[in-house]
Amino acid sequence: MASLKDLKNRIASVKQTQKITSAMKLVAASKLKRAQEQAEASRPFAEKMSEMLANLAAGVRDLPNAPALLAGTGKEETHLLVVATSDRGLCGGFNSSIVRGARRRIADLQNQGKAVKIICIGRKGRDMLRREHGKLIIEFIDGVAGQKRMAFADAQMVAENLVERYEAGEFDVCTIVYNKFKSAVTQIMTVQQLVPVEPPEIEAAPDEKAGETAIYEFEPDEEQILSELLPRNLAVQIFGALVENAASEQGARMAAMDNATRNAGEMIKKLTLQYNRQRQAQITKELIEIISGAEAAV
Amino acid sequence: MAEAAGGPASGKVAFELVSPERVLASLEADMVVVPGEEGDFGVLADHAPVLSLVRPGVIEIYDGNSVSRRIFIEGGFAEVNPKGLIVLAEAATPLPELSLDRAKELLRNAEDDLEDAREPSESEREKLERVIEVAKLRVEALETHGGAV
Repeated sequence: MASLKDLKNRIASVKQTQKITSAMKLVAASKLKRAQEQAEASRPFAEKMSEMLANLAAGVRDLPNAPALLAGTGKEETHLLVVATSDRGLCGGFNSSIVRGARRRIADLQNQGKAVKIICIGRKGRDMLRREHGKLIIEFIDGVAGQKRMAFADAQMVAENLVERYEAGEFDVCTIVYNKFKSAVTQIMTVQQLVPVEPPEIEAAPDEKAGETAIYEFEPDEEQILSELLPRNLAVQIFGALVENAASEQGARMAAMDNATRNAGEMIKKLTLQYNRQRQAQITKELIEIISGAEAAV
Repeated sequence: MAEAAGGPASGKVAFELVSPERVLASLEADMVVVPGEEGDFGVLADHAPVLSLVRPGVIEIYDGNSVSRRIFIEGGFAEVNPKGLIVLAEAATPLPELSLDRAKELLRNAEDDLEDAREPSESEREKLERVIEVAKLRVEALETHGGAV
């Protein structure tokens, strides 16, 4: 049985841990707020861009000289998986759910006899995938995840990287795996295709919309606009995923730290009870010793 | 032409300038002049729908007959639809927020970058040259308009 001193030390150490976890929770909560704001601020651009793309793509997609980013390479042999995780741990199931999703997809693709390549954004994902799929990882992009504010320039850099590889014929299909932010407690693991671009459907009110899209004028022409728009759209998609991921990471961390703080509280309660019982037992024991000693002397 | 639901008051054109990180401007103006790929074009209310590339340059926002705001953008896309004009730009700065000295400094930095790059690949060189081009245009815009509105 642990001595009184041991118990006291234990309680002190759990209290310290609780202080740290509750501080981390507060930090995550404020970071979450910022990340959420950023996610909201970046939405209009992404929406407008998909609208434009939808308007454009409808007319060009079936042309024989449609850009490869839109039409694909005509094969589906090599798949590139962009696994976006965080740089830091202690955020509950955030990273493991992404990695689990990535593993499942890798297994699926390999069963179908496709080649798989991986690009990792974020240290945690790389560390977790390295053991099993180390040979498949062709690049690790450092320093993008875990910034205070996601910079669009970073997403652009990743997009340029992808376009170069695509044009060099290194892969046929590219998907990104990340966590979509739903609320502070729920994040949805999402697998999203980046290349070839899947143009969003033109939504709702088809009669009115059709009239609108038909009369667009293009300057210079559709193809040229598309060839500029597609790589940018790729960057926007990646940026969106990274921003969602950042918000999810903070949300997951907040929830995890909240749990940890509560657990520590319970543990302290249990240990304190044990400590008090033992203290009382000892006092009782000492009293009995004194009383029986006195009785013997009489 | 029928006024689109939710459109601005007649005679005004709704203008939105959006960057990936935030909405930079959302206002109504009498006319907006956009530096299109194939020449500047002015957008008034009820302009025909257009999708255009935008080259680096200055967007001019007119209130009445005079320019009320000038915004320098580093290229992007413009869409005119019955609801108004939307410009998607990766980077934009209102001219008054930019001093000529700062613009010249940016240009020098960009030129230095190109000189310092050892054996840049073709794509790198192109990229750096583009940055210089944008910086030059920025200086030019400030010299013409003096930064003040």
